[in-house]
Amino acid sequence: MNMINKIFHTLFIVVFFISCNQNSKKTSEITKKQTSAFLNKEATKIVKENTVPILNYKQLSPFLNKNDNKTYIINFWATWCKPCVEELPAFEKLNNDYKDKNIEILLVSLDFPNQIESHLIPFIKKRDLKPKVVVLDDPDQNKWINGIDKNWSGSIPATLIYNKNKRSFYEQSFDYNLLTEELQKFIN
Amino acid sequence: MKILQSLLILTIAFASIAFTTDKKNGYKIGDKVENFTLKNIDGKMISLNDYKNKKGVIVVFTCNHCPYSKMYEDRIIALDKKFKNIGYPVVAINPNDPSVSLGDDFDSMKDRAESKGFTFPYLFDKDQKIYPKFGATKTPHVFILNKNHDNNFILSYIGAVDDNARDASNVKDRYVERAISDLLEGTAPMVTETKAIGCSIKTKK
Repeated sequence: MNMINKIFHTLFIVVFFISCNQNSKKTSEITKKQTSAFLNKEATKIVKENTVPILNYKQLSPFLNKNDNKTYIINFWATWCKPCVEELPAFEKLNNDYKDKNIEILLVSLDFPNQIESHLIPFIKKRDLKPKVVVLDDPDQNKWINGIDKNWSGSIPATLIYNKNKRSFYEQSFDYNLLTEELQKFIN
Repeated sequence: MKILQSLLILTIAFASIAFTTDKKNGYKIGDKVENFTLKNIDGKMISLNDYKNKKGVIVVFTCNHCPYSKMYEDRIIALDKKFKNIGYPVVAINPNDPSVSLGDDFDSMKDRAESKGFTFPYLFDKDQKIYPKFGATKTPHVFILNKNHDNNFILSYIGAVDDNARDASNVKDRYVERAISDLLEGTAPMVTETKAIGCSIKTKK
């Protein structure tokens, strides 16, 4: 029984990777385990293969709507956005300090596709950025900005904190104290 | 005494509701926009009331440094050229505090306007008092004002220029043009609010 489960699991992941590469629209079916596995694998790819996952809104959605026991911190940023870069250390520190607190940080970069190789990847490598990074590339901003939070005007930096019980969106900059203060509302 | 106490509690409750629910400040669609006066890059002061002989104004909060602002510069010039002569000129405003936003100082504004050939005023919200009235949060952020029968400017559209910032050749919906076409036909714009990514307006912490 266990064996069959394992085979199925592996199959699912394989299918997910293939579908992702082909920009398939089936990503809403992926489960929480697969999204984590996806990110872990992609994180090593950033360093080894000089690539970072590029997702459209539909592909990003599963990461914004998980229903497990973790608290997720999703930060929208870009290397060209000065206040975004300035607040990154707070997220890096949180990633380190809250390692065992059942949280997960995802940095959603809004860098332009033609600047991923020239700006984003060197930036990630140079800073040795530990939280996971994906690029959101979807031209229909009017749709996905409202989809992520209807009160978001579209200004970055912006951060979404959520778990299965609570969800808050912050169109603002964070420092470490403010970030942990907000996070306490989710993990207690 | 008890009545006083409950009154007090009620007042506090109301006050806290009033302060918490109104998270989004600034003009709403349909609101009357007050006059403002700001310095243009040529050193002259420009007021909204200077435009009372027009049908309306396309107010664009924008700046020099933001890549999204840069992507839209040519399209904003095109909007001005297209609509200035039929009653809807562009007025651009830089809302950033240059001490925290490198390249957004008054001299750089002059340089940028000259090198891009801006056909419209480029005003400096030096005291950062005007952009909060509009509820502008980012650059670029467009606000279309339409003059009503009482000669007041009414906020008629908030949002983006169009639906594709990065690729002007792939734009499918020209939000601002559509809103102005509606206004020119004498009806309220069908789409009054749209969204796009932009750079946060820079203020001292």
